[in-house]
Amino acid sequence: MARSRRVRAAMALMATSILVLPAACSSEEPTSEAGLYKNPVTLTWWHNAAEEGPGKVFWQKVADDFKKLHPTVTIQIEAIETNQLQRTRIPAALLSNDPPDIFQAWGGGEIVDQVKADYLKDVTEQTKAEVASIGSASAIWAVDGKQYGLPFRMGIEGFWYNKKMFADAGITAPPKTMDELKQAVTKLKGANVIPISVGAGDKWPAAHYWYNFALRACSIDTLKGATKDLKFDDACFVKAGTDLKDFIGIQPFQPNFIATVSQQGAGSSAGLVATGKAAMELMGDWNFGVMQNLAGAQWATMKPNIGWFAFPAITGPGDPKAALGGGDGFACSKKAPAECVEFLKYIASPEVQKAYAAVGVGLPVAKGAGDGVSEPVLKSILEATNSASYVQLWLDTAYGSTVGTAMNDGVIAIFAGTGTPQKVVGDMKSAAKK
Amino acid sequence: MSTADQSLGLADRAGARSARLRPAHHQSSRAARTRRKWYEIIGLTTPAIIVYTMFVLVPMGFALYYSLYRWRGNGPPTEFVGWRNYLLAFDDPIFVDALQNNLTIVFGSLLIQGPVALGVALLLNRRFRGRAFFRLLVFVPYVLAEVTVGIMWRLILMRDGSADTLLQSLGMGGLVQGWLSDLPLIIWTLLFILTWKYVGFAIILFLAGLSNVPDELTEAAAIDGASWWQIQRHITIPLLGPTIRIWMFLSMIGSLQVFDVIWVVAAPSVRSLGSANTMATYMVDNGFFARLWGYGNAVAVILFVISFVAALVFQRFVLRRDIQGALTGRVS
Repeated sequence: MARSRRVRAAMALMATSILVLPAACSSEEPTSEAGLYKNPVTLTWWHNAAEEGPGKVFWQKVADDFKKLHPTVTIQIEAIETNQLQRTRIPAALLSNDPPDIFQAWGGGEIVDQVKADYLKDVTEQTKAEVASIGSASAIWAVDGKQYGLPFRMGIEGFWYNKKMFADAGITAPPKTMDELKQAVTKLKGANVIPISVGAGDKWPAAHYWYNFALRACSIDTLKGATKDLKFDDACFVKAGTDLKDFIGIQPFQPNFIATVSQQGAGSSAGLVATGKAAMELMGDWNFGVMQNLAGAQWATMKPNIGWFAFPAITGPGDPKAALGGGDGFACSKKAPAECVEFLKYIASPEVQKAYAAVGVGLPVAKGAGDGVSEPVLKSILEATNSASYVQLWLDTAYGSTVGTAMNDGVIAIFAGTGTPQKVVGDMKSAAKK
Repeated sequence: MSTADQSLGLADRAGARSARLRPAHHQSSRAARTRRKWYEIIGLTTPAIIVYTMFVLVPMGFALYYSLYRWRGNGPPTEFVGWRNYLLAFDDPIFVDALQNNLTIVFGSLLIQGPVALGVALLLNRRFRGRAFFRLLVFVPYVLAEVTVGIMWRLILMRDGSADTLLQSLGMGGLVQGWLSDLPLIIWTLLFILTWKYVGFAIILFLAGLSNVPDELTEAAAIDGASWWQIQRHITIPLLGPTIRIWMFLSMIGSLQVFDVIWVVAAPSVRSLGSANTMATYMVDNGFFARLWGYGNAVAVILFVISFVAALVFQRFVLRRDIQGALTGRVS
C-alpha cells in the first residue's frame, strides 16, 4: 500500500517535471543582439550568498534594480552554500539540459574545464569595456584570450595581526622579511601568546602557506607555465615545501592546529585572532567580516587593534611584489539569453561595484569603486592589491579541484609531520593523471 | 525481497478464497485460479519493482558504468580506462586507511555496543519505578539527527571545550587529550561517539526481543531454583539469539556505510590524512571535492560490493536459522 502510494507520488512528480521542463527550456532560447529586451525573459541566477545577511540582501537588490531598468527581464535567484553550489549543483546542472543562466564561477582551472566542455558563453566582444576597467584580474575568468565571465570581488591575502599584542611583545613594525617574521614569532612566544593561528582543519588555510612559499620560490613564468601544463617539474615547488617545513619547525602555531577549523566559533583560527588570543593569521580579505561576526560585542574594542601586512619577502627568484589572491565572479551558460551578458556587465558596472564595496563583504574590482571602501584596513588591502606586480590566483583554484585537492592534502601531511616536500609534488603530478 | 514475499502470500490467500467460492468446474477454475494468482502477483509487485529498478538498480548500473571511465564531470564520460580506477583505489594508502577505519568501527561497535546494550536491556527488563522513563532516556541519542550529534560532540571535545573543563575540574587534567586532533586517537573518539549514538537502538531491539521471551519459562526455571543470573544466561539470552543476530547484521552494514557523524565531527584535514575517514567519506572527498567522478563511482561500487558480500556471508552462515526459506526455498 505504502509502496504504491509512493509510486503514485513519484509518477506525479515525474509528470510535473515533464510538464515543467519545456517551460524551463523555452527561456533558454538564444536571443539576438537586436532583440535585446524585446521579449520577456527569465534569468535564473545561482550565487553563494546563502546565509541571511548583507550579502544576500545586496544581490536581491541588484536583481530588483535590474528589473526596474529592464522590465522585460525577470531574475530568479537561488542562493546555495558554496561547496554545495560548486561541487555538486553547478556540475550536475551543466551536465543536464537545464543549467542556470548566470552562476558563480571561481575562475582558474575550473573555468578552463567548463570551457573545454563547451558550457559557457563567450562574452569577449560584449565586455571589452568592463575588462578594461577591471584590469588584469579579469584574466582569471578568461581562457585562451577569450572572456567567459567577470569578477565582482577580488583581493590578495596577507597577515591579519593584533597591533596591541605586537607592541606588548616589543615588535615595532610589521615584518617585511621571513627572518623578521620568525623573530616576531619568538618575541610573541616570549610574551606568552599564540604567535599565529592557522585553520589547518579546513586544509586550505594551511595550504596557503605553501602557496606563498611557492610564490616566493618560483619565478612568475614558472607559475604561469605550471597553471597551463600542470607539470610541476621545477625544483622551486619542492623548495616551497622545504621552506614550509622550516617555518613549521619554529612552532609558530596554536596547539592542536591540525584540527582547528578556520571560521566557525571562537575556537577557530579567525576566532582566536578576533578574541585576542592569537596575534596573527594568514588569510584573505574576507577575514575582516569573519572576525567581526566571531568577535560579536568585543569587536568595537578589537577593531582598532586589527592591522594587515603582506606576506614577507624571501630571497629567491620570486617577485617580492607578487601576491597571492583570488576572487569571485559570474559566468553565463552557453544557451543563456543575451540579457544574461547585460546583467553580467551590470554587476561589474562602477555603480553596482561601488554599492557592493559599501556593503563591506568584499573588495570591488571595477576602477573607481574603491571609493566605496571605508575601513582603513580594507583600504590598505585594496591598495596592496592594486600595486601588486602580479596576482597569482589561489593555487588550488588555478590548478583545478583534482590537482588542488592533492596539493592541499600533501601540504596538510607536512603540517601533520607525516608528509615530505617531495611527496606534495609527486602527489600533484599523479593527481593530474588521475 | 520482503515485499515480494508478502504479496506472494496475499496472492495465495486471495486465490484460495476465490477457489472456495466456486467449487464446480474443477479443471477450468484451477486454471483461472492460477491465472488470477499471476495477475495479482504482477499487479501487486510491479509498482515496487518499478521503484526499485528506477531508484536502486538503474543508479547502480550507472555507477558501475561511470566507474570504468576517467571522468571529471565535464561533459559525458568518454575516456574508458577499464578497471584502472579500482586499482588506483587499492593503491591509495588513504583508501586502505578508510577501509581499516571501517573495520575498526564494525568490530568496535559489535564488541562494545553488544555487551553494553545487552546488560542495559536486561536491567531495563526488570520491573522498577521509572522504567518507562529510563527506556526513553537510553533511546534519545538514537533519535537525535546525526548532524546535531556531530556538532554537539565536536563542541564538547574541542580544545578547552566542556570535556576538558570537566576533566580538569575533577582533578584529572592529566587525561586531557587532543580528542579530535591527536591523529591515532581520533578513530577511538569517533567510535565512542558512534557507540553513544547507536547503543540505544540495540537496547530497544533487545527489549523488544526480551518481551517475546515467555514468562512461563523463566518462572519455571525460578521454581526449579535457578538464580537470576542462571535464568539470563541459560534461558533469556539464548532465546534472544535471533534479535542479537539481526542487530549484529544491521550494525555491521551501518558501520561499513557510516558517513554523517564522521563527516561532521572530523575535520577535513584528519579525513584526508587517513586518521578519521571511512569509505563513504573518502568517496565524497574524492568524488565531489577532488572532482574525480569516475573514481568516486569506483569507490562507491567497492563500498557496495564489500557491504553486499558481508551481508550475504552473514545471512548465509549466521542468520541461516532465523530467515530459513526466505532466501533459499519456496515460501509456501
